[in-house]
Amino acid sequence: MTTSNSLVYLIALPLLGATILLLAGRRADKWGHILGTLMSASSFAVGLYQLSLMLGRSTEERPVGQKLFEWISVGSFKVDAGLLLDQLSICFVLLITGVGTLIHIYSISYMSHDKDRRRFFAYLNLFIAAMLLLVLGDSYLNLYVGWEGVGLASYLLIGFWNQKPAYATASKKAFVMNRVGDMGLSFAIMIAFATVGTVSFAGIKEQVDQTSTGALTAIGIMLLVAAAGKSAQFPLQAWLGDAMAGPTPVSALIHAATMVTAGVYLITRSNFIFDAAPTAQLLVVIVGAITLLFGALIGTAKDDIKKALAASTMSQIGYMTLAAGLGPVGYAFAIMHLLTHGFFKAGMFLGAGSVMHGMNDQVNMRKYGALRKFMPITFVTFGLGYLAILGVPPFAGFYSKDMIIETAFNAGGIKGILLGSITLLGAGITAFYMTRVMILTFTGTKRWDEDAHPHESPWLMWLPMAILAIGSVSSGFLLSRGDALVNWLHPLFDHHEEHEHHLLEPIVVSGLALTMVAIGVAIAFFKYSRQEVAAIAPENVSVLTKIARQDLMQDRFNEAVFMRPGQQLTQVLVKTDEAVIDGTVRGVGQLAMTSSSLLRGVQSGFVRSYAALIFVGAALLIAGIWVVVQ
Amino acid sequence: MEFSSPVLNYTLLSPMLILLGGAIIGVLVEAFMSKALRPFTQLSVTLGSLVLALVQVWRIRNEQSLSAAMGSVVIDGPAVLMQASILIISLISVLLIADAEHFTPLAAALPGSDEERHAMQSGNQVTEVYPLTLFAVAGMMLFPVSSDLITLFVALEVLSLPLYLMAGLSRRRRLASQEAALKYFLLGAFSSAFFLFGAAFLYGYSSSITFTGIRNAVVGGGGNDVFLLIGIAFLSVGLLFKVGAVPFHAWSPDVYQGAPTPVTAFMAAATKVAAFGAMLRIYYTVFANAQWSWSPMLTIIAIITMVFGSLVAIAQRDVKRMLAYSSIAHAGFLLTGVIALNKAGLEASLFYLFAYGITTVGAFAIVTLVRDSAGEVTDLNRWKGLGKRSPWVAIAFATFLLSFAGIPLTSGFIGKFSIFSAAYESGARSVVIAGVLSSAIAAFFYIRVIVLMFFTDPVEDGTSVEIPSSLTSITVIFSIIVTIALGVFPAPVLNFISNLATFIR
Repeated sequence: MTTSNSLVYLIALPLLGATILLLAGRRADKWGHILGTLMSASSFAVGLYQLSLMLGRSTEERPVGQKLFEWISVGSFKVDAGLLLDQLSICFVLLITGVGTLIHIYSISYMSHDKDRRRFFAYLNLFIAAMLLLVLGDSYLNLYVGWEGVGLASYLLIGFWNQKPAYATASKKAFVMNRVGDMGLSFAIMIAFATVGTVSFAGIKEQVDQTSTGALTAIGIMLLVAAAGKSAQFPLQAWLGDAMAGPTPVSALIHAATMVTAGVYLITRSNFIFDAAPTAQLLVVIVGAITLLFGALIGTAKDDIKKALAASTMSQIGYMTLAAGLGPVGYAFAIMHLLTHGFFKAGMFLGAGSVMHGMNDQVNMRKYGALRKFMPITFVTFGLGYLAILGVPPFAGFYSKDMIIETAFNAGGIKGILLGSITLLGAGITAFYMTRVMILTFTGTKRWDEDAHPHESPWLMWLPMAILAIGSVSSGFLLSRGDALVNWLHPLFDHHEEHEHHLLEPIVVSGLALTMVAIGVAIAFFKYSRQEVAAIAPENVSVLTKIARQDLMQDRFNEAVFMRPGQQLTQVLVKTDEAVIDGTVRGVGQLAMTSSSLLRGVQSGFVRSYAALIFVGAALLIAGIWVVVQ
Repeated sequence: MEFSSPVLNYTLLSPMLILLGGAIIGVLVEAFMSKALRPFTQLSVTLGSLVLALVQVWRIRNEQSLSAAMGSVVIDGPAVLMQASILIISLISVLLIADAEHFTPLAAALPGSDEERHAMQSGNQVTEVYPLTLFAVAGMMLFPVSSDLITLFVALEVLSLPLYLMAGLSRRRRLASQEAALKYFLLGAFSSAFFLFGAAFLYGYSSSITFTGIRNAVVGGGGNDVFLLIGIAFLSVGLLFKVGAVPFHAWSPDVYQGAPTPVTAFMAAATKVAAFGAMLRIYYTVFANAQWSWSPMLTIIAIITMVFGSLVAIAQRDVKRMLAYSSIAHAGFLLTGVIALNKAGLEASLFYLFAYGITTVGAFAIVTLVRDSAGEVTDLNRWKGLGKRSPWVAIAFATFLLSFAGIPLTSGFIGKFSIFSAAYESGARSVVIAGVLSSAIAAFFYIRVIVLMFFTDPVEDGTSVEIPSSLTSITVIFSIIVTIALGVFPAPVLNFISNLATFIR
């Protein structure tokens, strides 16, 4: 493999930014945000430079690596800290640094009233560095470092306003849920090392054939657990809604464009494992299918604009996971949807931030209405994102989502029909809840709080939104023109040229999808545009709505399945701690006062007891040796 | 009777001679120099001797000799590594000792007496702690390079006696400090007696006091095995006492708590290197062929030590006692390196000793910083919310705790990983399983302290964090850098150790 010495700058630049901003302290308050943005932008520039180099090379020579140093070398266990930039990681590098830089720019204005803006930018830079390490690591262990790094950075960012207890709780929840996923990743690494003997991507790929299917399935399932934790997939999805407590740019960067897609990256990167472990692959599909419906249903009942978008993110990542679970035919489409989603969802989150900015941080959509006239730019950019997520041609989502629906149908047999129907249904529900968001926010009558004075956001905020909107419009067309992305990623995936039996012609799939979308839009239109929207959420609603409002009972589920038993376990442990361990220690103390038994010596404070202990120990040693010798 | 003059290789002995010279200068300074100039002079002399000794160690790093001092001292790769570790750990400990706030102004005065009050008010500080430190360091340097039983015993006493005194020098809670010193002394004397008794048996077994002689007797067989076994057992009692293995550990929580914290740091880190250094040399060279006799015994002791240290640490409410039990558990982990009895085990032990020593000094340095008006606050309940009040200090302490717990990206992880894999390769499965399990238990109480610092609301009781003096900051920052660097980028150090770690016989 070709080597390159400049890969490390991708990570080093934002890391340097974070270090300077954290160490400089208040001194950097004046220029900290500019430095942070510049560092992110220069990392983007390095990414573009790498892309140009990569385009200049022939297909086989495109991946480049850089060995940084020998990391661990103990006995037979050797891991180098190395970076790998190939066709897959370059997509992520550009997405992370590109969208990341836009969000940096947006935050300059969005966070301008916060006295801790410098610290915020430091965390943003730290996040970018960790995320880049995640996608550039050339082994699971290196990936793990980045994986933990983004976990830390997102914890810091979600809890950035942790003076508010609810926010601090939310960040803890995200932290704990993510730990469950991280356990999955660490188990996967351990199993891989124990069975395959290496943890590098290339090394495992080479030895897939010699490894037992059982081991590969175990690794695959553990990787899926990891992916579910990080990407808010069923059953570890509950944290994403709560994580919306963080500042909105954070939601756009971490919870729409980059970190939550790390799970999809992990599965796609591990394609060689999943391709050889059909059971694990099937589980991936199932998790994706459940989540895409789950998220969409939650989205229909949320009045908080950010939580509605979060539910939508969950659902869209469900699409990606499903596609990634479909094997070689699906990987490229998963990545394509990931990229287009990165544009339109980040754009919509920034739009939501812009709306909140104008509405005194109000997040309840029932208190919006008729904002179209007051925030025209936000309306247009948000609207373009809306069209993109719906999958209206020729916007981005049309290309990427239709591909996934089509691939799902072509999976063959009952499975194909089932998956295809789920994806179609998901598209319909998506259309419903996104239309609801549009109508409640931008049209209809004013339902504002009395002190609200909506206004368009400053240019530093709308410029990134506009650029992302351009992406929402054009990225799907550009990426799918002449199968550009599919061909670009092709060498990485093990394509067996299957005789592709088309269950449904692409045009039919598009037709079906658009019909579903139209139905969803129409229902939402009649329900919310024709009727008066209550400023306070009505209580006399159907059971289904109630359940959906409570995130489909996911918190209850977690409470019943994880939290209660967990708490009981902890209580038992605490009791054990008190009764057995403390009790022993206390008991020893009590014995010391009441009797002169041997136990009194353990930690009584008397030298004579200690000496007796040593003496007994020595006597036991002699006795032990005597036994051994006999 | 003819006397031949001793032949000494001064170059190879120079690190120890420099330290002893520095210590004697320190005594003279203490006796003759004016009080105002003493603290600075003593600190300079001490640091100067340590640095000079370190330079000398570096210069002799590739030397190998069995006859540096007429067969009493052996210099080889492991010797150089141990001596260098001891010197580096001592250097950063001395930076903590330099904070006179921890030491009584007049150790000879009775606690609570007028004399003491007068000394306190006059602001004159006795600085005998510096020469005592240098003597102790010299003893520690000699301990792992001794190659006969007499030298070994002399080294043991040279390192121990100053430590007994130093444990009694605390400014606050002087009675507890003196009690600790006396306990340490009495038990130390008791274990020295065992040690000597064991040495006598070994002489009886082999009619030789040199390591080479005893080893030849072990290899050749034919001696009285009972003498050998009793000798090994009693010698081990003396050594196990020094490293604080169960059931010879009882002194360590009391002494760790009572001694002035900088002394605790020095004692916990440097003594461990010296004692394990000697242990490794003796078991790897002298007793290697009698493995059948001591390996089961050490395995049991290692397992008990790890499990006991980790379990009891959970119940501790005092940070210094917690660290004491943690150090007992670590003694158990280190014993697995002795049991491994292969080159990988030696390398791993040397790495572990260095990494653990540095982290320990760093952790105790943090303990010196958390104070209220009456001195250090060691009650863990009052450390609640430290992360909110002093994030940097709390982050530093959390890093050290994570390293103790063996979390990846810290030196503790590499140390544990390599020492356990070495033991596993040598076939000592049971001890590795016990080690991994007790690491998991131990992780619980380390993480609990982190939770306490970061996720619990602070209590308003006047606990505050001292702005670290520049010397203390150097120690903390150095320890942090080493702890993380050895976790992220251990390869050069591991390679360096690997190239040197072979005992010569």
